Amino acid sequence: MKILAVASAGGHWIQLLRLKPAFTDHQLVYMSTKEEFRMMVPDSQYFVIPDFNRKKKILIFKSLLEIWRSLKSIKPDLVITTGAAPGLACILVGRILGFKTVWLDSIANVEQLSMSGKIATYLSNHVYTQWPELESDKVKYSGKVL
Amino acid sequence: MMIFITTGTQEPFDRLLDAMDICAAKFPEVEFVAQVINTDVEAKNLKVEGFLSPITFNDYFERADLIVGHAGMGTIITALVKEKALIVIPRDASLGEHRNDHQLATAKKMSALNYVKVAYTSDELINTIDLFLRNEISLTSVKLTPYASDSLITELKTLFGNS
Repeated sequence: MKILAVASAGGHWIQLLRLKPAFTDHQLVYMSTKEEFRMMVPDSQYFVIPDFNRKKKILIFKSLLEIWRSLKSIKPDLVITTGAAPGLACILVGRILGFKTVWLDSIANVEQLSMSGKIATYLSNHVYTQWPELESDKVKYSGKVL
Repeated sequence: MMIFITTGTQEPFDRLLDAMDICAAKFPEVEFVAQVINTDVEAKNLKVEGFLSPITFNDYFERADLIVGHAGMGTIITALVKEKALIVIPRDASLGEHRNDHQLATAKKMSALNYVKVAYTSDELINTIDLFLRNEISLTSVKLTPYASDSLITELKTLFGNS
């Protein structure tokens, strides 16, 4: 299977890299928001997308367009992301294009799911939290990135 | 002796930088390097860097005797994996340091699980660093393995296998 693993720069990306053993039997493609991260995943194909958040709304459309183009060319069977907003955009585009999607909410969200994570419960095939207290009928807990 | 201050890739954290500038003035023999984005602070006593490439960031991190960071999981996980002494101060949304107060909740939880020492104010941060530099406290926690918990890896492998 071809898996696209996506995360924004920072803690989201660090958490994504800690999932690596889960991908061993599959073809893995990484995507993040900094060109400099290419060197961190030398064994995989790597794509860069623009970063955006609620403060930088103007970039959302540009970003969505680039994500659309990238996902069309990558054609993964499954998209997995640890956030944040660009990861959610990949889930949205991924579902529209017919790919399976997995949202793993950041371990930083200990009291409630992130805003993006809450939206992901409506969009994504699978949603995971890293805190058992936040498990629900739509959100599964199966362990942490620690 | 070197202290590396890291504040993430998203927003400035001027309160932390101000506190560390004061701290650096008290310990001129210690090297202070800060990685910050878009700051307005003109630090007098420490070296300030913007976004760092993974290689440069890693060099500073490895060389540091103490990591002082915002309560971001990237900082916390990286310090735990490298077994570095670490103290974090959560961003405060009421001061415009983040969109919400999740760093406060993260810090409390990670502190309760004994993963990290947390300072909640600038004074507490400066005092704790003072104690650390005078060898009166240890700030090293558990060592993390490089990968996620076995239960999470197994779950995802099963999910990928069935998809």
